[in-house]
Amino acid sequence: MTEIPKEEYILKCTSACAGCPSSLILRYVLKAAGPDTVLVVPACCTSVIQGIYPNTAMNVPVYNVAFAAAAACASGMSEAFSKAGKKTNVIVYAGDGGTVDIGIQALSGAFERETDFLYICYDNEAYGNTGMQRSGSTPIGARTTTTPGGKIHAKKDIDAIVAAHHPTYLATACAAYPQDLFKKVQKALSLPGSKFLHVLAPCPPGWRFSSEKTVAMGKLAVRSGIWILFEREYGKVTINGPSKAALVKPAPLEEYLAGQGRFKGIDQNAIDALKSQAAARALHLQREAEGIC
Amino acid sequence: MLTVATGNKAVAAAVKAVRPDVIAAYPITPQTEIVEQIAEYVTAGEMDSRYIPVESEHSAMAACVGASITGARTFTATSSHGLAYMHEMVNWAAGARLPIVMANVNRAMGPGWNVWAEHTDAFQERDTGWLQVYVSTVQEAYDTTLMAFRIAEHQDVILPVMVNLDGFLLSHSMQSLETVTLGDFVPPFHLPHAIDIANPAGYGTLTGPDQHFKFRWEIEQSMRKSVAVIRETEQDFAGRFGRNYGVAEEYRYEDADVVVIAMGTLGKEAEVAVDILRDEGVRAGSLRVRWFRPFPDLDLSGRELVVIDRDYSFGFGGVLAHSLVAKSRVEPYSVIAGLGGQEVTYDDIAGFVRDRKPGQESWFGVNGNV
Ligand SMILES: Cc1ncc(C[n+]2csc(CCOP(=O)(O)OP(=O)(O)O)c2C)c(N)n1
Ligand code: SF4
Ligand SMILES: [Mg+2]
Repeated sequence: MTEIPKEEYILKCTSACAGCPSSLILRYVLKAAGPDTVLVVPACCTSVIQGIYPNTAMNVPVYNVAFAAAAACASGMSEAFSKAGKKTNVIVYAGDGGTVDIGIQALSGAFERETDFLYICYDNEAYGNTGMQRSGSTPIGARTTTTPGGKIHAKKDIDAIVAAHHPTYLATACAAYPQDLFKKVQKALSLPGSKFLHVLAPCPPGWRFSSEKTVAMGKLAVRSGIWILFEREYGKVTINGPSKAALVKPAPLEEYLAGQGRFKGIDQNAIDALKSQAAARALHLQREAEGIC
Repeated sequence: MLTVATGNKAVAAAVKAVRPDVIAAYPITPQTEIVEQIAEYVTAGEMDSRYIPVESEHSAMAACVGASITGARTFTATSSHGLAYMHEMVNWAAGARLPIVMANVNRAMGPGWNVWAEHTDAFQERDTGWLQVYVSTVQEAYDTTLMAFRIAEHQDVILPVMVNLDGFLLSHSMQSLETVTLGDFVPPFHLPHAIDIANPAGYGTLTGPDQHFKFRWEIEQSMRKSVAVIRETEQDFAGRFGRNYGVAEEYRYEDADVVVIAMGTLGKEAEVAVDILRDEGVRAGSLRVRWFRPFPDLDLSGRELVVIDRDYSFGFGGVLAHSLVAKSRVEPYSVIAGLGGQEVTYDDIAGFVRDRKPGQESWFGVNGNV
């Protein structure tokens, strides 16, 4: 087991919902990054979680910025620190909407320029801040306030999009596996260039499950194979521990879906689509890991 | 039919009645309920509009532009940062002469993040060529949204219209709402320059100074003509449905020595302040400016004025107060109040009138003099 520092950089006075995965993830991100870190946060749940001025629950500098602007703002910050000879970690902490939808242009630009920073997308698969509307990252079949009949389009494959920029490091993680998350943040920050971390964030009010089940839901996501933990370091893919086992013998996806109100009444076509997308993704990653692709 | 609704739901109900062909929108507090309600109508099959859940406001307005130039009726809704992010396409919609209707739920601009009412967001778009109207009640939000389509699509106008309602104060307030059976109040319309495969044309082509100048002048001509179209539309609306607002709504105005001028919900709040002042023997009245573009010609001579701005133009002054100074040649007492949702009650407004200092400006709660 990796030793996780006792220091807290996110204090006990946040305005997060009970069972919030975003603040849980951020807690471990900051433990791994340490105090020489600046967070850049676009509009998202984390804008609210910090608390209301003049108070803040955060123990590192946090630069809040416009919804579409995080990766570009971080580019400027990273260059300025570098010019001043500082090694300060610049970490974007953004939601899925701020990453795969409105923020994707700035994200792509920053990665193409090999900006030295870590971009973390915590993915609760909808617009949490504004009350759970669909995002490009919402899975097919999920009900949100703008897809009351279930979403008809598939989840955008942001990992493949970012991978096409050939970053030094790209990994997925999950709120339910803090050790894995901690190690990945440390590794990302030890490498030069642009790094991307995509973290699944099972969100109790958004996904409609009770607030003590955040970790259980994250584990089910990994065990069912709908969420795969992997790393891509300088292009080389490794599937990580918990997912290796899950891909050999996955738990039934139905169990994962049944635990969440957002999938209530989902039809068989959508379930089949979710399954075949997960299977295709697993196969692709396995082949990459074996060096076949 | 008499119901109870929030300002947002009233806007959605009006949009449903008008049946746009294409709606493209992006959620943002406090507008979100409009988008969600429309998504529900479309999903339930109560509305046969195409609803595009775009990935940003820039794309929302771009999608409306693309739909509108084919001759389709279009609608979107936004607020503050969303409006700012769409700014380029807001210009595009007016410059391309597209009768798009947009609801803007007025909210302050960051940083820091603030989700409460302020008019600065829409005022930042005032020079784009959009008509702008500001409402003060749930009923007025509904009625004005209906009228907005007819005005935008009128052959003498063919310009986009922005319907503004105060964030939370109106967007989330429940009030009674009388919905109407629309009949032919908003008739089908024809976009004269719609894309026509039989007559290929270049749109938005590189344009030299003389032609550009001419296009700008045409926008201004339509703006001027819209004054009559607004009046005629309001009259027809009153004839059919019994409600009338005017370009600016007067309250106990006729014999008033001192007049409070404001926009949106503050303009309604002022009416209560007027009653209080009248009870004290002050001959007060109020005037709520509804249409901000085109800006009304108001004869305000011979009265003392207290103008409340829920906005500010830095290095200049309150936008409404100074618009009146320029247009109506008056010397009002300018009060800056309610920025970022600051609470302003009718008692506060009565206080502004009691302590008025003609020709001066005060920031409510800052100068310590109100
Ligand atoms: C230009 C702009 N459009 C819309 C908004 C409103 N808004 C703020 S946060 C948000 C959704 C954020 O979703 P996501 O990035 O997934 O983060 P989450 O809230 O789920 O943490 C929206 C739509 C905004 N602040 N700025
Ligand atoms: S909506 Fe979900 S992600 Fe957002 S604060 Fe609440 S629990 Fe956290
Ligand atoms: Mg999200």
